Amino acid sequence: MQTTQTPTMTTSQLPQVQMPRNDGMPLDLDWVMAVQANTSAIERRAKTLPGRRSVKKDYQAAWLCKAISLMDLTTLSGDDSKGRVRRLCAKARQPVAQPILEALGMEGLTTGAICVYHDMVPTAVDALQGTGIPVAAVSTGFPAGLSPFHLRIAEIGESVAAGAAEIDIVISRRHVLTGNWQALYDEMKEMRAACGDAHVKAILATGELGTLRNVARASLVCMMAGADFIKTSTGKEPINATLPVTLTMIRAIRDYEDRTGVKVGYKPAGGISKAKDALVYLSMIKDELGDRWLQPDLFRFGASSLLGDIERQLEHHVTGAYSAQWRHAIG
Amino acid sequence: MTIKEIFDTMDYGPAPESSAEALQWLADRGGIAGHYINGKWGPLRDDFASNNPATGEKLAGVTKGTAEEIETAVAAARKAQPTWAKSGHKRARVLYAIARLMQKHSRLLAVMETLDNGKPIRESRDIDVPLAIRHFYHHAGFAQLMKAELPEREALGVCGQIIPWNFPLLMLAWKIAPALAMGNTVVLKPAEYTSLSAMIFAEICTEAGVPPGVVNIVTGDGETGAALVDADVDKIAFTGSTEVGRKIREATSGSGKALSLELGGKSPYIVFEDADMDSAVEGLVDAIWFNQGQVCCAGSRLLVQEGIADRFYTKLKARMDGLRIGDPLDKCIDIGAIVDPVQLDQITKMVSANTEGETYQTTAPDGCFYPPTLITGLSPASTLMQEEIFGPVLAATTFRTPSEAVEIANNTRYGLAASVWSENINLALDIAPKLAAGIVWVNGTNMMDAAAGFGGVRESGFGREGGWEGLAGYTKPKGTAKPLKKVEAFTTEDGHPADPLDRTAKLYIGGKQARPDGGYSNPVYSPRGKLLGHASVANRKDIRNAVEACNAAKGWSKTTGHLRAQILYYIAENLSARADEFATRINQMTGGRSGADEVETGIRTLFTYAAWADKYDGQAHGVPIRGVALAMKEPIGNIGILCDDAAPLAGLINTMAPAIAMGNRVILVASEPFPLAATDFYQVLETSDVPAGVVNIITGSHAELAPTLAKHLDIDAVWSFSSSDLSAEIEKASAGNLKRTWVNNGTAMTPSTADYLAASTEIKNIWIPYGE
Repeated sequence: MQTTQTPTMTTSQLPQVQMPRNDGMPLDLDWVMAVQANTSAIERRAKTLPGRRSVKKDYQAAWLCKAISLMDLTTLSGDDSKGRVRRLCAKARQPVAQPILEALGMEGLTTGAICVYHDMVPTAVDALQGTGIPVAAVSTGFPAGLSPFHLRIAEIGESVAAGAAEIDIVISRRHVLTGNWQALYDEMKEMRAACGDAHVKAILATGELGTLRNVARASLVCMMAGADFIKTSTGKEPINATLPVTLTMIRAIRDYEDRTGVKVGYKPAGGISKAKDALVYLSMIKDELGDRWLQPDLFRFGASSLLGDIERQLEHHVTGAYSAQWRHAIG
Repeated sequence: MTIKEIFDTMDYGPAPESSAEALQWLADRGGIAGHYINGKWGPLRDDFASNNPATGEKLAGVTKGTAEEIETAVAAARKAQPTWAKSGHKRARVLYAIARLMQKHSRLLAVMETLDNGKPIRESRDIDVPLAIRHFYHHAGFAQLMKAELPEREALGVCGQIIPWNFPLLMLAWKIAPALAMGNTVVLKPAEYTSLSAMIFAEICTEAGVPPGVVNIVTGDGETGAALVDADVDKIAFTGSTEVGRKIREATSGSGKALSLELGGKSPYIVFEDADMDSAVEGLVDAIWFNQGQVCCAGSRLLVQEGIADRFYTKLKARMDGLRIGDPLDKCIDIGAIVDPVQLDQITKMVSANTEGETYQTTAPDGCFYPPTLITGLSPASTLMQEEIFGPVLAATTFRTPSEAVEIANNTRYGLAASVWSENINLALDIAPKLAAGIVWVNGTNMMDAAAGFGGVRESGFGREGGWEGLAGYTKPKGTAKPLKKVEAFTTEDGHPADPLDRTAKLYIGGKQARPDGGYSNPVYSPRGKLLGHASVANRKDIRNAVEACNAAKGWSKTTGHLRAQILYYIAENLSARADEFATRINQMTGGRSGADEVETGIRTLFTYAAWADKYDGQAHGVPIRGVALAMKEPIGNIGILCDDAAPLAGLINTMAPAIAMGNRVILVASEPFPLAATDFYQVLETSDVPAGVVNIITGSHAELAPTLAKHLDIDAVWSFSSSDLSAEIEKASAGNLKRTWVNNGTAMTPSTADYLAASTEIKNIWIPYGE
């Protein structure tokens, strides 16, 4: 069913396919401690950005399609079952009704990945066989990250063995909150090593880190330890992805690239449920990091309900009539 | 492009705001902007064109107001004023209605502003219009509170207001809202380039029930403005260039018209090495690329700590590359059109003439656009570090230490605003008070609000707009002052001394008794013709020396209020010990019997300002951010004072005490006919621990010394209580450095304690956003 897939929507979503992975660097504590993040200034930038950037008509439709291609379609619930995961995978393969995609000239559009718990990895891998859509597994005692360390490392190995191409690990928040950057670095490095060829997204759980300064420093330490992606949240914290947190993390990514030449990916997760929000995120990435980051190897939305709103907007674009939620297939 | 192609390029594409409604609005009204006088339109003539700078197309014809039309408008305002001033509550209702109506027409106002001025729709929609509305809401409150909170103040009368083209509607709001709130009526002249949003505002006034004559708008150019300055108004409020501000200062001198000037700037933007550099870079976008840099308080001088300069410039250039310049009506545009080809030409010339440093420019479309520009490697001596460009051009230099940052920042004739970026609260809060500026933003820039005063020091003008402090500019003390007769010295045919032991009265400069530079003295006689002594005849060089002494005493301004209070009490104590002697001396000179009363008054006055020295608190304004705007009361600096002639001791103390209590250094020119109380008084000062140079006492001719004081570029304010008619001359000469003047205009001023304290201080608003 993926016969119409175009070259830019191939399987080449992993950083290691297109460019050298982030091999990290020695922990540079001077750099970490010199990092500043002025909360009120960052908030002002985040607050005014939606008023400064606007995409309309065909551009808006294209940007929303882009958002879909950058989406880690996610289910992370205690009641997940094989059937539920297969249904989600079907949605990942066909995120938007075929007639709408045809009208947009965007046949073959898929989501960026599927993101599930470890137990669901084999089901998802099987359901996505031949599509090129990678399966990401949350790992390391997700979401709290407080299970025994050797089990967390073992969990990564098992998920990779089960076919997960991407591993979303959670960091130990206490290392950040106590300023134990060495411990955070060591933990991240070991997790990265356990991932092997699978690429690793470091979930900072920014809603539990207290300050943007901590977010900036934790971002940097994780990149130094070899994270391929840094990710905001598990989706289970009281506050998940926000624009100020995003700005803080992507500025850290930019500094890391300036210093090392290595591009690290970014994944906001949790709380992004409106098409308009997705557009704001994309413009922030475009303006702060550049167009190169608007590809699935360097940017993902972690989202479960965002797709529904985008589908409605796309149908509206095609028909000129506002859409209804029940007209679009559930995932 | 197909959706698929856009998907690959991820371009922004066009996002135009429609101009149809605004253009239709103009067409429906005949396509001509003109006068709104006494609640009616007209005359409307197509005297010159108002163009859309982004396209060059004509938007409307504009009527050039004549002197007669100005007179008609002023007469209408004069007639309407007494009734308008009666009820604060009624005014509050009208101002509230204006705010509501502006909100209802907000998009029309925003689009018209962008069409007319060329600023991005994002700015007119999200900043100019909401801030203008906020001013009317806020000042509706001041109208409501005036009676209760400002019981000693009343309206000035008719205010002539002249506004610039960079924020046509916002500046209109800043001018009209406080004037109306305090019971004044206005005649406002919009800028030549940008009259159109004022037309919508005039219609709103009608709809809001503004009584005829309360708001009058006369369109026109510089000549129309000059006619308004000359008209029978009680105040001129001007925002615009320093050059024109200076002319207005000269033109209104001696007229008794109140004046507020909000002029140019070359505001420093200081980045310390511990700053959040990315945020500081982003701040610059709002500092110098906001409104194409055509902002009086634009952060146009970048001062970066040397160690981070290269990295900062690299980040800044990358950010500049991301700025989108083009059609101002596009909702995805950061930088729009320059207001007029004349302004574009001016910017282009100034940048082309520069041969120093390295220039980095992005690109701009053809037409009336100028690209964002950064010029690094400049020094304070560079023209572009000193002169206001009023365009999107940032001039940059480096510094090594905090004190050097302050030194470079203050190395300017201007003093409007400043930004300080540091994550160290100790550093930021140490630097902010040291900057010569009316507004300081800590880790931010261009934050403005109706609740916080806006305005500058030095040649950036005087007066504040917004906040409680802004109300002073639209009110005056109640009551009318009596005319003041010249107090003449006594002459004689006798000439024998009253006391055979000759006493030498010298000048008192820098804590030392000094003989006058000229070497002349004048005899002082009693009414009965006895020679009481000689007083030195000071000349311009003595004034020069006194100013040097003031500057050497700058530390006084940094002392604590507690210390200044102690010294004032001590002066009172020492004066009290010699009360009889002073009383006798005063009686001898004036021939009256009020000497003892005058000494007693002087002692009370010293106690009053000793009391205030550590109690004249600033305010924490409730601005709509997470943070505070601290309105700090700072000393003016060096004040030259021509003292009251009739009350040789009490008059001198009346002015000296508040001035030094607030931390100023003073040059007191003693009562001309009765100078010997002042010269006795320096002995009191000498025994009272007053640091050298804080108080300097000069004797001589007021008429001769006043011009020197008023012209001196290192004197920050001149007050005249003299019975010689010097007000016009002082005000005219003050235009040189736009010093603050407080003159009696030939009347016997009886200022309140509050008036003295206000005249002795300058309010600096320090914006401190916070949050971690």
